[in-house]
Amino acid sequence: MNLPAEIEKARRQIETHAREYGLDFYDVVFEVLDYDHLNEVAAYGGFPTRYPHWRFGMEYEELSKTYSYGLSKIYELVINTNPVYAYLMKANAPVEQKLVMAHVFGHADFFKNNLWFSKTNRRMIDVMANHATRVRHHIDRHGVEAVEDFIDACLSLENLIDYHVHFIERQDRKERTAPGADDEEPTPEVPRLKSKRYMEKYINPPAFIEEQKAKIAERRKKKRMVPEEPQRDVLQFLIDHAPLENWERDILGMVRDEAYYFAPQAMTKVQNEGWASYWHSTIMTQRALTDSELIDFADHHSGALAMSPGRLNPYKIGIELFREIEDRWNRGKFGKEYDECDDLEVKRRWDRKLGLGRQKIFEVRKIYNDLTFIDEFMTEEFCERLKLYVYGHDTRTGRPVIVSRDWRKVKERLLFSLTNLGQPIVHVVDANHANRGELYLRHRFEGVPLDVEKAHDTLKNLHRLWRRPVHIETTDDDRGRLLTYDGTEHKTTRL
Amino acid sequence: MLRKIDRDVKRFRQIVRGVIKKEFRKYLTQGELIGKQGKHIVSIPLPQVEIPRFRFGQKEMGGVGQGEGEAGEALEPQPGTEPGEHILEVEVSLEELAAILGEELELPRVLPRGRRTIPVEKLKYSNIRRVGPESLRHFKRTFRESLKRQVATGQYDPKNPVIVPIREDRRYRSWHVREVPESNAVIILCMDVSGSMGDQQKEIVRIASFWIDTWLRSQYKNLDNVYVIHEAFAKEVDPHTFYHLRESGGTKISTAYELINQVVDTRFSPESWNVYLFHFSDGENGDSRDTERCMEILRDDLLPKVNLFCFGQVRSSYGGGRFKTDVEEAFPGEPKIVTAEIRDKDEIYDAIKRFLGKGL
Repeated sequence: MNLPAEIEKARRQIETHAREYGLDFYDVVFEVLDYDHLNEVAAYGGFPTRYPHWRFGMEYEELSKTYSYGLSKIYELVINTNPVYAYLMKANAPVEQKLVMAHVFGHADFFKNNLWFSKTNRRMIDVMANHATRVRHHIDRHGVEAVEDFIDACLSLENLIDYHVHFIERQDRKERTAPGADDEEPTPEVPRLKSKRYMEKYINPPAFIEEQKAKIAERRKKKRMVPEEPQRDVLQFLIDHAPLENWERDILGMVRDEAYYFAPQAMTKVQNEGWASYWHSTIMTQRALTDSELIDFADHHSGALAMSPGRLNPYKIGIELFREIEDRWNRGKFGKEYDECDDLEVKRRWDRKLGLGRQKIFEVRKIYNDLTFIDEFMTEEFCERLKLYVYGHDTRTGRPVIVSRDWRKVKERLLFSLTNLGQPIVHVVDANHANRGELYLRHRFEGVPLDVEKAHDTLKNLHRLWRRPVHIETTDDDRGRLLTYDGTEHKTTRL
Repeated sequence: MLRKIDRDVKRFRQIVRGVIKKEFRKYLTQGELIGKQGKHIVSIPLPQVEIPRFRFGQKEMGGVGQGEGEAGEALEPQPGTEPGEHILEVEVSLEELAAILGEELELPRVLPRGRRTIPVEKLKYSNIRRVGPESLRHFKRTFRESLKRQVATGQYDPKNPVIVPIREDRRYRSWHVREVPESNAVIILCMDVSGSMGDQQKEIVRIASFWIDTWLRSQYKNLDNVYVIHEAFAKEVDPHTFYHLRESGGTKISTAYELINQVVDTRFSPESWNVYLFHFSDGENGDSRDTERCMEILRDDLLPKVNLFCFGQVRSSYGGGRFKTDVEEAFPGEPKIVTAEIRDKDEIYDAIKRFLGKGL
């Protein structure tokens, strides 16, 4: 569909500006949709071709409801594909469309250049459409209920993936291709250092040799364990080892593919939105805005970046950080000399006139994700300027309370919520627990316990896939707990 | 065109409905829905519909926020701003809820008595006329007529598209008359508020009335409510008073029946109204002479006028009375009378089934 003439003109203009600023992106295809259609596309996570599932309907209802109550409205919807698809809301005023388009070019540049997106499939629209066809095919053969229940169970485990999996070269894949080979090998001798006979027990002390023997035996035993090492990509593990029907394995694979596709977007939310906001504001204020549009632009811009009390807006944090980085590198506020200077006044007026800001932020958008971005660039001054605090819940009243304004605590808390996307880190440890084919997971405890009720429900879904009792080891009240579901009832054992 | 999303929305509603049905007894007896009631919809918290994941317990977690305030200061709780803490609430229309109630309790549809459905003339503004008051002028139609005329007569100039309507172009909104059969109903809720009826008993009455109301509302276009309370005297009150007032003193049920009879006679003539009378009491009446008087009123005045008389005997901490037994003995086999004993909240379900199961 062609864009209305006015918008098409603005698009060409803004695209030229964006390229002149050095943004680098795949072609962007804009489409104008009315709010209802936009809500529909948004409910499908941007892919109108997705498989049928009730949660999209739920999402859609929620979006329509909040839209019709005037509580929220979708400004932009950008899909990371090649070409990039972006949706504009029909009812937006021309200045809003310009703002959104500038914003979209920011996202498009980020998608193309950020390291964490380097492995995503840019033809995801086709993949999603294929998935939909296959799911429909399975529904035709096995019935809606069965397929839907299974999808629900898979989605319940959707977050048990390893976000770095694409960046890890797996060494063990080759080894695993030759099963059973180890068993026939004779026990290898413990290598000994050469020695004269009378020196033997000093150079190769018997105690040490024994120890080494035990170690080798231990290692061999470990090799026979499935998985050999605790595995973070639980979904892949289930695909490889769970007793699934073919169609079930197919669906689980799809759910995994889609989870990995969306993962980098979740991992770079702050940075991505910050980058896009930085560029819409730069392009609009420096180039694209006409005088008569100024007020409207300011209104929408501040609306998008508004922080309501008690709530973090990734757009705001992101754009502020990018601006601060640009400013610091423009004025040379970095490096040993700056760090060691303890005169606040000098620091404040520090200016080496380096002009490296633009270059630096382009570099930042290339190699950082939210976690490293915040870790590297969030400073004491920044936390103070944005009035950030850590809140917790009063144990007695259950109401939220400000716990601290110490910037280190703020940063620590923020980093925690970004580590593994603020989700518990869970590994598959043993697929043959107690030698009964039971699945044993371990939650790596980092100070915050699991939500037990949800964990029970999730175990139920895991059991649906594994078909044997499932366990998860976790910690609560500083004590180890083992949550078990054996197909009929939940059990909690203290460890 | 049927959109793709409609299918998913439909499926979602089906699932919601399924969950509500499955847990219906719980919803019905716990009364948590009543507080969430809007005019036409009820929001029901349904955490069961969400997809469970391994995640952190939110209470222990806390987070980072932005704004003024010193350490130690309490914050305004922000509903739904913390991911995961937001409990899914689904909006269900009262009609839908009534439908589920009907299915679960296998309630027959209410058949309003023939003579009580009277056709009513209804006006609907769906017509267009050439004459009418200026306030009803249909601007768009007028403009269109005018444009048509100007194009047809060659007066229209695309370079200067000025449309000037003349008198003949004007169009006005107008009405159609439709005859709609209308059935009216009134629910008269009557409660004993004497000292022996405590908060628990009132809660039971409140829940039972909510469901009765929801069901009958789905069966009639026009539904009115009358609330009557009584102890030694009876009076008509507003709903708030009805559910919250607590009085003490003796009980004289006949006063209530007299008042109700009066109300029906003056405001809800049985010719055009279907009258439903629900009476909740702990069954203790002041003395047996008064009970006799009650039966007299019931037999001679009330029964011929009402569709249904339901008596719910709510067990109070002082034990139960014998009014239920008295009613049953006085009118053995009378189809218009239904009695039920409600000992605790769990029995509301069965009481409602008895009350509404006749389809009168």
